[in-house]
Amino acid sequence: MMRHLKHFTPWQRVLHWLMAACIIAMLFIGVGMVSSVRPVYLTLVSIHKPLGIAILVLVLIRLVLRLRYGAPALPADLPAPMKLAAEGSHYALYALMIAMPLIGWGMLSAGAYPVVLFGGWHLPPILPQSDALHALLWDAHFYLAFAFFALILLHVAAALFHALVRRDGVFQTMASAAIHDEMAPAE
Amino acid sequence: MPSSHRLPVLGSLALIGIVVAAGAAAFAYTAGWLSPARLTPNKFVEAFAPPTGVSLGHRRNHAKGICFTGIFESNGAGSALSHAQVFSSGQYPVLGRFNLGTPDANAPDASVRVRGLGLRITTPDGQEWRSATISPPFFPVSTPQAFYELLRASGSKDPNAMPAFVAANPEFAKFGAWAKSAPWTGSYAEERFNSVNSFVFVDGAGAEHVVRWSLLPAAQAVPVPPEELAKRGPDFLEQEIAERVAKAPQRWTMVVTVANPGDPTADPSQPWPADRRTVEVGTLTAQQVEAERDGPCRDINFDPTVLPSGIHTSDDPFPAARSSVYAKSYDLRTAEAKDYPRTPTGEKP
Repeated sequence: MMRHLKHFTPWQRVLHWLMAACIIAMLFIGVGMVSSVRPVYLTLVSIHKPLGIAILVLVLIRLVLRLRYGAPALPADLPAPMKLAAEGSHYALYALMIAMPLIGWGMLSAGAYPVVLFGGWHLPPILPQSDALHALLWDAHFYLAFAFFALILLHVAAALFHALVRRDGVFQTMASAAIHDEMAPAE
Repeated sequence: MPSSHRLPVLGSLALIGIVVAAGAAAFAYTAGWLSPARLTPNKFVEAFAPPTGVSLGHRRNHAKGICFTGIFESNGAGSALSHAQVFSSGQYPVLGRFNLGTPDANAPDASVRVRGLGLRITTPDGQEWRSATISPPFFPVSTPQAFYELLRASGSKDPNAMPAFVAANPEFAKFGAWAKSAPWTGSYAEERFNSVNSFVFVDGAGAEHVVRWSLLPAAQAVPVPPEELAKRGPDFLEQEIAERVAKAPQRWTMVVTVANPGDPTADPSQPWPADRRTVEVGTLTAQQVEAERDGPCRDINFDPTVLPSGIHTSDDPFPAARSSVYAKSYDLRTAEAKDYPRTPTGEKP
């Protein structure tokens, strides 16, 4: 059964997969570093900060592309609850991709830590020093990280469900390697 | 749906389940949930907890302290070892904290053997050098793991715990001898503070020098027996340094010691031979002392791995462990500010 499904634009697909790798690495680095006292702790922290800022930059580019080019429509026969879950989870993923780096940056700012990227390169604080803000943002960063990972697992499960069970072309909208976006032929 | 399709669907669902479960398991493993033996910052912080209970809102160790501000005046000699701006001739603002090596924020000053100095030096290029130095010339043990075991043994009710620890960590005897024989003083201004850990200085040509450093007091150290100090009151060190600095700024000379090849750079329990090259790089001046409760050092984490470019960590495993544990301590205490309330505005003397 063929459907009128386009792909995401090539740059949207590139960004999606690049960011997928970055974000999954980021979450593993995060839980790994906060549970270690070994020298690798410092290595992980020194990757976590610039990678977080890189994700922030990438998601802003991605958001512009998404607003400009949109997304392929979901299959018309997708049950309403699944459609709702798909849309809701994508809003949540975008919100987390934007919020997590900002929360981390704000947390370091409130804790009066320098936000070091590479060598002597550092970012300015985005919040005043404040123990209360630090505590709030630390909690947010910690718990949202687990929520983010759970959401990614759900996203992977849903993507595979589209690919393997429903076989409705939704997976290919992001997974296709095609550079020219051709409309699938109508039935 | 034809029944022949049912199996692939079930197989696909099982595959999805396996992928999700594997992802979750990998995450749990990375987080240490499947490795109860892993030494985590949380375990360290718990091991610091004194029998009298945690001093909520305070640092988990070196909990008692007092803030000061001042200047680090660099004489330029350190530039031969590190290209960090802090070693170029000039004056750089300092935020510091005199402190006691105890997890109990209410410990009487005369009861604490180890004294400490936290420093944050900022330079115009926007970089910072944070450090936390201590009065012993070397650390009690060789590794973070041994330090954790020391905390566990000294907090244990088992009378055999400490003897067993000492037997397993012979380097600790040296620290025991220092604790017994080193003179006590009546002032933070008379203390020598030592980095204990080694770090790497990188000079302008890119050459690396493994160093430790010390802050040598300008004030003459006057030995006072601890029984005598106990009579001066529980907070005599804080009162004394506040009065002393109010009368005149107090100074320390920063001396950097450069390791020779083969020196034990990874083991802070082993001092280097006394003939190693030393470089006087500048003078620390404490100009104003402020109580910690409302002071500027209160919410600063003196994480020794916050370093300017031109200084980085060495093969000494402690700075990484300290950074991880200090961060945990900081996360906990900033969430406990209500247990260590600031003076309400308007009530300040």
